[in-house]
Amino acid sequence: MSVASASLDHAGRPDRAINAGALRADARRESRGLLALLSPGLLLVFAVIIVPIGWLFWLSLFDETGQLSASNYARFFEQASYIKTFVTTFKVAFTVTGACVLFGYPLAYMLSQLPRRAAGACLIFVILPFWTSVLVRTYAWLVILQRKGLVNTWLIDLGVIGQPLPLANNFAAVVIGMTHIMLPFLVLPLYASMKSIDTDCLRAGMNLGASPTATFRQIFLPLSLPGLASGVVIVFVLCLGFFVTPALMGGGKVIMWAMRMEQATSLYSNWGAGAALGVVLLAATLALLGLFHWLLGTRATGVWSER
Amino acid sequence: MLLSLAQSALPIGISGIEKRFGGLSVLHDLGLDVAAGEFLTLLGPSGSGKTTLLMILAGFVRANAGSIKVGGEEIITMPPHKRNIGMVFQNYALFPHMNVFHNIAFPLKQRRVSAAETTERVERALDLVQLKGLGERRVDQLSGGQRQRVALARAIVFEPRIVLMDEPLSALDKSLREHMQIELRNLHRRLGMTTVYVTHDQREAITMSDRIAVMNAGRIEQIDQPEALYARPKTKFVAGFIGESSFIPVECRDGGVWHEGGKLRMKDPMPSPGRYSMVVRPEKLRVVAGEPTGDVNALAATVGDVIYQGDSFVCYATLKDGRQVTLRDYCRPDVLAKLPAPGEPITLGIDAQDVVLVADQ
Repeated sequence: MSVASASLDHAGRPDRAINAGALRADARRESRGLLALLSPGLLLVFAVIIVPIGWLFWLSLFDETGQLSASNYARFFEQASYIKTFVTTFKVAFTVTGACVLFGYPLAYMLSQLPRRAAGACLIFVILPFWTSVLVRTYAWLVILQRKGLVNTWLIDLGVIGQPLPLANNFAAVVIGMTHIMLPFLVLPLYASMKSIDTDCLRAGMNLGASPTATFRQIFLPLSLPGLASGVVIVFVLCLGFFVTPALMGGGKVIMWAMRMEQATSLYSNWGAGAALGVVLLAATLALLGLFHWLLGTRATGVWSER
Repeated sequence: MLLSLAQSALPIGISGIEKRFGGLSVLHDLGLDVAAGEFLTLLGPSGSGKTTLLMILAGFVRANAGSIKVGGEEIITMPPHKRNIGMVFQNYALFPHMNVFHNIAFPLKQRRVSAAETTERVERALDLVQLKGLGERRVDQLSGGQRQRVALARAIVFEPRIVLMDEPLSALDKSLREHMQIELRNLHRRLGMTTVYVTHDQREAITMSDRIAVMNAGRIEQIDQPEALYARPKTKFVAGFIGESSFIPVECRDGGVWHEGGKLRMKDPMPSPGRYSMVVRPEKLRVVAGEPTGDVNALAATVGDVIYQGDSFVCYATLKDGRQVTLRDYCRPDVLAKLPAPGEPITLGIDAQDVVLVADQ
């Protein structure tokens, strides 16, 4: 470019950046346009997530008389029944998650190893109950497990037991019912992650001298862990807030967090207490998610760079 | 010791391999002998059964019949993890949850090699594939070429008696692929491991191999050294698959080989009477002026397209029977000066010693 044809900017420097101002303005226009397109979504998120959670938190700060107080939160430390409910909730969630892993991992593994068509057919049996109402499935379990239910009748008829076993209306019943309902939430993400494991990696493992068991332990299992983790997180978090099954199968002996909330709001009309329960559950859930994230994010890779 | 593979390299004797998938037969009575320390390539189009044969060698696919002997020992029913065969996979199959060091150390760990020796051998393997100092890298931080090298190091670090490679360079770009071909070749020369290499790229096979087995439809069409395979293909398939060739129909009768009423001059012994195809390589043809003399065969043709390609030019010419042949020559000044013009009638010459006949299928 010759000097004569080079334009000068306001400061008298040669303006080498051709159209720089116009391009900057264009970029600004584009971001404004994108923001405008995003705004309905952002508004929706604000209206259905931020506002209700804020409201919940706000409600939890008032006692029955409408006075601003921390009494709703103080109750967690003062009343033993609250602590007991909290412990029960986590106990149920841990047990159900554990049972889901115990049943779900082999199931997902089997599904992932089946030929495509057979796996598709078997997946229907995983998904079908998933589409059935939780209430229906819970009552079905009651029919099976109760004092004069299928299991007890059969066992007595066969002469295996003299007295009916206490299968319903207790902790075990809640765990059985919830495991059934939660299983697909674990199996589906786990199955997806197992399907994505490169079969050549497993072949490579064997080729390099690892027995089938060693290949599973050293290659398949670690590669399936991210899928297992997301399944575990989903199941665990859903368990923490579960209501229908423990309410029906627990027979009033297993009180979980969500049932306490229901009592507080519909029985005692104490919205502040119910809201505080919700806030604590939300905080506990977020803390757990954070913990999981930290464990998987920084540890998962770290474990394997050690020997 | 990593550099002592030559002593432990073993021959492979493959015989009578049959493999059917459902009703589909993919390998028929396949036999093949690989010498100790040899670099043998299985070359063929997709679906020719070359990868299936490799999978049977590695033990991932069970044959319906046959025998594989490594150094005289039958391994056909041996599970893959006991075969002690190194393999480089097409997509490398590196373990994504381990870093480079642990990927390469994996086979040593399975063999319960001590930590100190493992470190030493992994370092040496890394050095060998020119990845020194990259042991702590995660697999996803590596480029395609580096992954390729890690896969190679992992396949040789435990000093396997045989190394198998399944199109290991097919995912690399052209220049890197050519570079890796030379590198693999040199590595094989240094370590001397018996290597079975699978590819569909004939140029790659010619560049790297001691011998090439050309496979087609579950059978070995021809097994030979690259030079012999190129210069003296035994079947029309081999002639067509390796290098460029034009086929000119000829007939063998009355003690001579005839094309369009003219008797061909050839050095090869006369085949039994019947119809054949003459294999014409583009670089074996040349433009001759006037009636050829001595041991040269003349073919009258009309020039079609002439394409300049920098180092060489390609001339497509049509014979009298309408068949197209290709001529290629380097762009030397004397040749460029006499470049044929499209539409011009020319005489093409091919030396008697370059006449190769293959049976018409």
